[in-house]
Amino acid sequence: MKTVSFDTLVIGGGASGMAAALAVAEEGWKVAIVEREESLGGILHQCIHNGFGLHYFKEELSGPEYAERFSEMVESSNISVYLNMTIMDIVKEGDGLTAFGLSMDPGMVRFKVRTVVFANGCRERNRGNIGIPGTRPSGVFTAGLAQRLVNLEGLVPGKECVIVGSGDIGLIMARRMSWIGAHVKAVVEIQPNPAGLTRNIVQCLNDFDIPLYLSHVVGNIKGKDRVEGVDVIPLENGIQQRDKMFSIDCDTLLLAVGLVPDNELARKIGVALNQETGGPVVDSTLMTGIEGVFACGNLLHVHDLVDFVTEESFRCGTFVSGFLKGKRPEKQYKTNPGKNVKYIVPNHYERIRENRFYMRTLIVKNNALLSVKVKGTEIYSKKLRHIQPSEMIQFSLTEEDFKLIKEEGPMEVSIE
Amino acid sequence: MKENIFDVAIIGGGVAGAAIARKLSSYDCTVSLLEKECDVSFGVSKANSGIIHGGFHHGPGYLKSRLEVQGNRMFDQLEEELHFPFKRCGIVVAAFSEEEMKTVQQLYRNGEANKIVGLELCNRARILELEPKLNRDVVGGLYAPAGGIIEPYRFVFSLVESAVKNGVQLRTEFEVVTAERTNGYYDIRSSTGDKILSKWVINAAGLFADRVSAVFKAEEFRIIPRKGEEFLLGRNCSSRPNHVIFPVPGAVSKGILVIPTVEGTTMIGPTAREQESKDDFSTTEENLNQVFSSARRLIPSLSQREIITSFAGLRPALKSGDFYIGISGKRPNFVQVAGIQSPGLTAVPAIAEYVKDLLKKDGLVLTEKIDYDPAIPDQPRIRYADNNEIDSLVKKNPAFGRVVCRCESVSEAEIVAAVRNGHTTLDGVKFYTRAQMGKCQGGFCTDRIVKIISRETGMDIVSITKRGRGTYLARNKIGDFEVKDENSIV
Repeated sequence: MKTVSFDTLVIGGGASGMAAALAVAEEGWKVAIVEREESLGGILHQCIHNGFGLHYFKEELSGPEYAERFSEMVESSNISVYLNMTIMDIVKEGDGLTAFGLSMDPGMVRFKVRTVVFANGCRERNRGNIGIPGTRPSGVFTAGLAQRLVNLEGLVPGKECVIVGSGDIGLIMARRMSWIGAHVKAVVEIQPNPAGLTRNIVQCLNDFDIPLYLSHVVGNIKGKDRVEGVDVIPLENGIQQRDKMFSIDCDTLLLAVGLVPDNELARKIGVALNQETGGPVVDSTLMTGIEGVFACGNLLHVHDLVDFVTEESFRCGTFVSGFLKGKRPEKQYKTNPGKNVKYIVPNHYERIRENRFYMRTLIVKNNALLSVKVKGTEIYSKKLRHIQPSEMIQFSLTEEDFKLIKEEGPMEVSIE
Repeated sequence: MKENIFDVAIIGGGVAGAAIARKLSSYDCTVSLLEKECDVSFGVSKANSGIIHGGFHHGPGYLKSRLEVQGNRMFDQLEEELHFPFKRCGIVVAAFSEEEMKTVQQLYRNGEANKIVGLELCNRARILELEPKLNRDVVGGLYAPAGGIIEPYRFVFSLVESAVKNGVQLRTEFEVVTAERTNGYYDIRSSTGDKILSKWVINAAGLFADRVSAVFKAEEFRIIPRKGEEFLLGRNCSSRPNHVIFPVPGAVSKGILVIPTVEGTTMIGPTAREQESKDDFSTTEENLNQVFSSARRLIPSLSQREIITSFAGLRPALKSGDFYIGISGKRPNFVQVAGIQSPGLTAVPAIAEYVKDLLKKDGLVLTEKIDYDPAIPDQPRIRYADNNEIDSLVKKNPAFGRVVCRCESVSEAEIVAAVRNGHTTLDGVKFYTRAQMGKCQGGFCTDRIVKIISRETGMDIVSITKRGRGTYLARNKIGDFEVKDENSIV
């Protein structure tokens, strides 16, 4: 078995992995990216719509264009890229870590490394996860799989389509299916509000006269061989109104019902996971509970824009480089989600430098107020024009902010 | 046309038909195995719970218990020859009251009468020692160490592979619709007009055994479909038990079980509800809740959050509750193998012997083949191999180095082996390899598998299906238009 040594192994060559690797390599460390697919870019390849890069490049790019900008940067760096390779296992050995990557050529490769960055993204929730009863015909796809069949394989999955979930992926696929000649008969959303961006509601549904059923669920799938229809049930105060159930005939059902960090490998080596995000619990430097193992991007928590994935992953790479130089965090305190907050990442902070936080709220509200308190004393507050669970909220706290108060301890973030 | 004339035609490529086909393949006779679906095991067998039963549910008065006990003992040798996933993990029956303990004592007596070795009546401490995740309210139970678990579809695939290797001709998508007897042969026609001639016929048609019997004008009986819904929890499920956990059985079925599958997932179910329809495999929310509340009575920590999928199967039950295996009294050279429901999977190796003996007794001359080879090659699978073994597999065949299904660690070489063994649908590949069976349920690998099937078979991607007729994956390619009428393209 071939053995190679690196300072850092980055697992996953999508937006997150590339940014993390670039930041580590910039500081002169020896870095490897291991990517399962035949090219760098990850899920961006199948996202041929635009809207990527507005924050980072200040221009509007398609997914593949965004990926290409980064893969060009990786190519002109001295990062070693292993394509068509899957990391099968990681073990702790002495001071470092040993990972095993499998590829057709040269077979199994042993990576002896000092640090590992998990940047292998997320996967889609599927029918089993949300438990839609009924028959099990062909024609039920997760939206991402359908997107891959359409955009990468050039296939038409079906002609009459119902989509579950009004998040951006569901909306984008509603438009995409319409463009390839399918009739999208409904988008069904369990929540009383659309989950996706307003611009996507307008451009992907309204422009194509696709009805959006808010506070509705698909309660049954029908059809023996191929999907023949679905039963849609309205919700009132969260309770299914079965007497008001109606059927929609269709041959295809797309499920855009959320993403979850793909953390099987992280879990296998004993990384503790956060129940709310599904990603690893990390300290103020995005390091997991295992020394030298870091996490960023959609593996850490599911982001809504790739630009934020890039930002977070660059930062993660900088922390990895610091770790390699022997830097360890100063005294750390917990960050706790308070009222109306679903989660906040990272799960710890330090008082002596800038900390950047990503969080999600549980509520929909206009003119909300974000408040950060340490032991009951407010250290920071911010007015938010509009908040909803599907949109990530971010803020930073600097050393100066912490100097304003004497209290030291866990920080609680709440929204009113 | 000579290749269409057989000594024996077996109708039904489920586990019973497959086991009989393999048994007969060791003799000098020509055998055809007819399956109406596009792959074997796609009927009743694929949704089987996969339990190798412990021989205590019924006393020796039933044919099914005698065959169960014999069948159970044959699995070690079968595994050696056929390499399907099998583990004697043992069975635990958990009792929650003194009343239930009385039934457990009856089960113990059944087992004793069936001469089961190793059966153990357990007190509370012993049962909790065996199975620490059990509900603490348990008062005692039964332990059957010879019970076990297998992957039912893999078992069928292996049986058929072995049978075909020894000369059995497999015909899929052959749905028998008519049969006439002339000149000592049954002339059997399929729904698509195919035809074979056979001296003997074995009706192992599972759910449709009653219909097949009617086609041959043999005995009248009715197969009553009894639905079982099952729920599958992912790998690393913290509630996974060490043994198959049974409740104390009720009158109709063996109850809701918690099954640690051979491949590392955890399954709970099945329900048991009779229905009219033979093609309604739907699941319902009510039954999900029922299954979970029953299963949680056994292992309270089971969580619905860990469900990765659910499915339903239909048991081909007869009113008698027993197997119906015998030479037809109405038609010559016709053997009924019907009502093979639980413990059918356990019993099939013995059923195959039993049917072979019936055929012999009824005049079929069976001479052992000199060149019969019971073993099939063991297909390497990277999830069973350590890193060094995988490395040497890749050196021999690079396709072992490409991971197609990440959830279940399935390599391209394994997908190719499935396709080359005739499993050319998405479900066929799934049951042979486990690709699409894990946490993402095919979200990441479906497109990769479709491309491999297409490359290996030359089939166009749009003609690849989930499980045969009507179950297409994609309607057409972008840019292919259907002309509906002269003025419009759709």
